Amino acid sequence: MTTRTLARRAWVEQVMGLPVSLHLRGERLTGDLIDERIAAVYREFRHVEAVLSPYRDDSDLSRWERGALHLEQADPMLAQVITLCEQARRRTEGWFDPRGLPDPRTGRPRYDPSGLVKGWGAERAARHLAALEGIGWCLNAGGDVLVHTPDDQPAWRIGIENPDDPARIMRVVERRTGAVATSGSAHRGTHIVDPHTRRPAIRTKAVTVAGPSLMWADVYATAAAARGPDALQWLDGLDGYEALLVARSGLLRATTGWPAA
Amino acid sequence: MRRITLWLLSTVTLVVLLFSYRTSTGGSVQTDSAQVSTGGQTSTSSGGTTYKGSVVSTRWGDVQVTITVTDGKITDVAVPVYPSDNHKDQEINAYALPVLRQETLEAQSADIDTVSGATVTSDGYIESLQAALDAAHQ
Repeated sequence: MTTRTLARRAWVEQVMGLPVSLHLRGERLTGDLIDERIAAVYREFRHVEAVLSPYRDDSDLSRWERGALHLEQADPMLAQVITLCEQARRRTEGWFDPRGLPDPRTGRPRYDPSGLVKGWGAERAARHLAALEGIGWCLNAGGDVLVHTPDDQPAWRIGIENPDDPARIMRVVERRTGAVATSGSAHRGTHIVDPHTRRPAIRTKAVTVAGPSLMWADVYATAAAARGPDALQWLDGLDGYEALLVARSGLLRATTGWPAA
Repeated sequence: MRRITLWLLSTVTLVVLLFSYRTSTGGSVQTDSAQVSTGGQTSTSSGGTTYKGSVVSTRWGDVQVTITVTDGKITDVAVPVYPSDNHKDQEINAYALPVLRQETLEAQSADIDTVSGATVTSDGYIESLQAALDAAHQ
């Protein structure tokens, strides 16, 4: 622990249908620069939502899907996300696949890159905090976490919720930088789809992945949640990423490098 | 004492949030600022001290929170005064107040900054442990 006192401030906004909270730690957390950077973070989230939300008929994503917008005329973020999703599908051996997912409103199959956009968008938004020297931050987008810690501050302590009782914490992991993402059915039921059967994935209760990138941590967690406990071996082979998996039976398993806390 | 006032304040904020939460998903969560002072303390049989927060008037009714502190840690949270005028209030009381108590104790004992879990939707946020942690620092 440090000898000086660190101030702490938190903000919460609902964006992309998610609560997005941002906590800052530092000696001085007031002033125009702070206010402006916080506003820029949430503005970026809203921009990503406007372009890529599957819930909005006027998003570039929805218009492109209806054939009302050419990819070349869309916001360049759409093409970037489509490319990244294809990369994610290959990296996860097909277990992450945005194609043919049930539309959040109608249930009809559609292209829904949301599972990648959340982490990708959060990383974009967090870039606006780079100018805040000496300030630690913790960004939590609906349960997916990205943190930064200056050298003279203690690591952030991230609780991993118990999928059987989300009011309880089953493990704590400390991170100085990087991401912790969890996929599971605790709050929204079985919404993760097995891309091979197009049926809800039921072999896991939750998968948490820790690693440098929030986008990849979240993609890997979603893919592993669909794949089931067999995914642990695959997760073990991923460079820089570690995982904790709760099987449907309740059995808790982790990759060999999972950080103990 | 300052720390205890803070704990009381964050719990009050959360109770106020519980009653003020709207199910709309737009905009930020707003809380009325509540002024809290410790309204007295009593010792309990288990060696803890119970701190009583002042009764805080909110748009939804009066709220009062007490916490019991033993060896510098919160060991119990109670909400002796809360709005109970209508059906929705009663529903919140029956369900959310025990959850709130559990979460306050849980977050403190694990000493965590944030929670990673299955995607929390805007509707589910208010009942989440993350909401308790956010309220404690807002």
